[in-house]
Amino acid sequence: MASLESNFLGIKSPNPFWLASAPPTDKKVNVLRAFEAGWGGVVWKTLGSQVKNVSSRYSSVNFGSKRMMGLNNIELISDRPLDLNLKEIKECIKLFPDRAMVVSLMADNDRKSWHELIKKVEDTGAHGLELNFGCPHGMTERGMGAAVGQDPEIACMVVEWVMEAATIPVITKLTPNVHSVVPTGRSVVKAGTNGLSLINTIQSVTGIDLDTFVPNPYVAGKSVFGGYCGPAVKPIALKMLTTIAQDEVTNKVPISGIGGVSTWKDAVEFMLLGASNVQVCTAAMNHGFRIVEDMIEGLNNWMDEKGFNTLNDFIGKSVEKITHWEDLDINYHHIAKINQDKCIHCGLCYIACEDASHQSINLEYGKPYNTYTVKEQECVGCNLCKLVCPVNDCITMEEHRVAPEYLNWIEFQQRGLPLNDH
Amino acid sequence: MIQSNRLTKEQYTVNFSDIHPPFETADAALVEANRCLFCYDAPCTKSCPTGIDVPKFIKQIATENIKGSAHTIFSSNIMGAGCSKVCPVEKLCEGSCVFNLMEEEPIPIAKLQRYSTEKAMEKNWQLFRRNEPTGKKVAVVGAGPAGLSCAHVLSRAGVDVTIYEKEAKGGGLMTYGIAAYKVTPQFCEDEVNYILGIGGIEVRYNQELGKDISLTQLKKDYDAVYLAMGVGIARKLDIPGEKLEGVVDAIQFIYDIRSNGFSSVPVGDKVAVIGMGMTAIDAATQAKRLGASEVTLVYRRTEAEKPCTDVELDIAKLDGCEIIWLAAPLKVKGSNGKVKQLVCSKMKLGEPDASGRRSPVDTGETFAMEVDMVIKAAGQVPYEKLVKKYKLDNKNGKLVLKDKATTNIKGVFAGGDAVNGGKEVVDAVQAGKDGAKAILEFLKLC
Repeated sequence: MASLESNFLGIKSPNPFWLASAPPTDKKVNVLRAFEAGWGGVVWKTLGSQVKNVSSRYSSVNFGSKRMMGLNNIELISDRPLDLNLKEIKECIKLFPDRAMVVSLMADNDRKSWHELIKKVEDTGAHGLELNFGCPHGMTERGMGAAVGQDPEIACMVVEWVMEAATIPVITKLTPNVHSVVPTGRSVVKAGTNGLSLINTIQSVTGIDLDTFVPNPYVAGKSVFGGYCGPAVKPIALKMLTTIAQDEVTNKVPISGIGGVSTWKDAVEFMLLGASNVQVCTAAMNHGFRIVEDMIEGLNNWMDEKGFNTLNDFIGKSVEKITHWEDLDINYHHIAKINQDKCIHCGLCYIACEDASHQSINLEYGKPYNTYTVKEQECVGCNLCKLVCPVNDCITMEEHRVAPEYLNWIEFQQRGLPLNDH
Repeated sequence: MIQSNRLTKEQYTVNFSDIHPPFETADAALVEANRCLFCYDAPCTKSCPTGIDVPKFIKQIATENIKGSAHTIFSSNIMGAGCSKVCPVEKLCEGSCVFNLMEEEPIPIAKLQRYSTEKAMEKNWQLFRRNEPTGKKVAVVGAGPAGLSCAHVLSRAGVDVTIYEKEAKGGGLMTYGIAAYKVTPQFCEDEVNYILGIGGIEVRYNQELGKDISLTQLKKDYDAVYLAMGVGIARKLDIPGEKLEGVVDAIQFIYDIRSNGFSSVPVGDKVAVIGMGMTAIDAATQAKRLGASEVTLVYRRTEAEKPCTDVELDIAKLDGCEIIWLAAPLKVKGSNGKVKQLVCSKMKLGEPDASGRRSPVDTGETFAMEVDMVIKAAGQVPYEKLVKKYKLDNKNGKLVLKDKATTNIKGVFAGGDAVNGGKEVVDAVQAGKDGAKAILEFLKLC
């Protein structure tokens, strides 16, 4: 049986599943329940200057029958007394010494405040620090959170202050509310951060009440942009993670992957793209801490099936698979094939291809069931039909190479090969 | 013994409560609406005789555009509310739902259709507006599904319509000929009123063609006439004993249940129902639900040839009705003028007949059933005398059309059961639409 043991900057945890800095990790009662459920570690909800929260705080996006495909929040950092948080952190560490305890920090924007806060937190026995440079609401107006993460120079300065005082590993959490996460990532790595984590939440408006015209979440007739998270942001997070995992400066430090991780499969994907572990929040907010049970079992079974003994056997395995467009093999071609035995005649492939792709599916009228077949000469292999098909493996893509050898766009141009042939 | 008032009020209420209850909540409807795949050129739509755009109306439920959903349904089928309760969807839309091909439960299309249309009726959303008056007048004979459907399309086009109905209520067999646990008389009345809500349609009740009104006069008074009088008389068995007290016609039996109230309808203790169509099932199940202790359906062919659907047969079975296949009634024996026995011939299957079904052949053997009531549900016959009197082309009384709606008499159109001999409500609604289209073309209004 594979080992799920994780070692992130020397912070050990029985599995790579940490709870992200958020409401599920804001007090002892939650954190103990999380540890009892099996979570490998937590990042305690951000400590810093005193704040006051508003009501309401969350809103979400549903898709079809699925609730909370995306969640946004306008909650601030911890609004509990600092001393109480520190006391509870210490107690949790004592009760679960084998779990990772990282504390998220966002001090006022001066060296002294950071140094004082770090000292107090280190006194609890915490294993690491995570710098919250990502919170996109409330704190930015005071020059904190994303206001730091969005400016590589300020971020660099704060990390330098932190590194002067910190004696335990420091992870810097990046905001996605930038054109690219790489500049800030490079800047903080150069300033000495030991690791990176990403992404924080994405600024968003989840929807508007069509009767009151007030966007969500509602606060006395008004709203503000909230930080978006949950399954909907996973693809964006994976992209940003990849850019950090591929950059020669930022890929020198371990990365903790965050952004819509809900299942063991999601976790594997983050890890394949370079994350050493993952942090979870929305899925726990949706279903409770119990989701970690399947995450552990699923990852274990998958690793056994693949023959991976440790997490390091597969971390980063897919990073090099994401390349530049001009390096793609133009001679690769595949064509959709519809399995007539599996086809349920819903016509979704046909109408998608007809209206939105390359008119490559033939409709033979039948009552009540039409027959759909692929016009192989027309099919560009775009995948759209396969994506809309409701039956698994009914539409498969069959390889029909244009030529056996690898040919990229640059060489294609050099050879003066014909364009517009499809 | 045949008697009324066999059960308590509570028992009648339970026995005749809605067999297909609606969604309890909007959320329940949403779950099912969201399951719909939104098929293209959808098999469900193609399997609906009125061609309702099913994926569209279901999508509209999912987007909470219920008004739009109801409009989509009623645009194709103005009796979409009633059809959602009485259509044999298992052989139409739901029967062809692609989920069946995945061995999954089909989308509950009828239930979703009921969800939207019931809301529209409840809130009296009038979703259609009449065009400018054209000054044209059309007479419609019969306020059943075909007549109402035709009248509604004509009214939308700006034609003034007068419907002549021989009964005291509209709705036709929907109102008078369908099991009360499928549609209540109140619902039928509400549905007729909702349809008439568009305006421009006057219904004159208790006006029977050939008795109170004549085709000649209608032709004179109106720009066109649409005949949708349906079928009337129950097919006779032509066997000895048919006149005995206790031999009743299924349509009359159902009519009485719907018109007079459950407790006042007499029913036997041991009842034989002859036939295996939808009406036979409705008669048998309701006889049982009125308190008969034994109800037996007698059919001269086998289950493979039965006209009713499996779902309908299951209702009868679940109600505790017995079924005897391959039995043809030979005679009804009586005592003191009352039914005592039904004697049947045992049949076997022979060669396929004109309908393509293997026809029953008498084996010469007989058997007798002790019954005190015989309900005849062997189909209805058209108004043969009437149509012959008016020299309308017909085949055994069923009107013969030149196309989908035109009779041999200029300006006279027809559709529904009077033409097809008796099909589903949804078929009659489509016939009404075809009739209206032909009339509008005849009047040069389209």
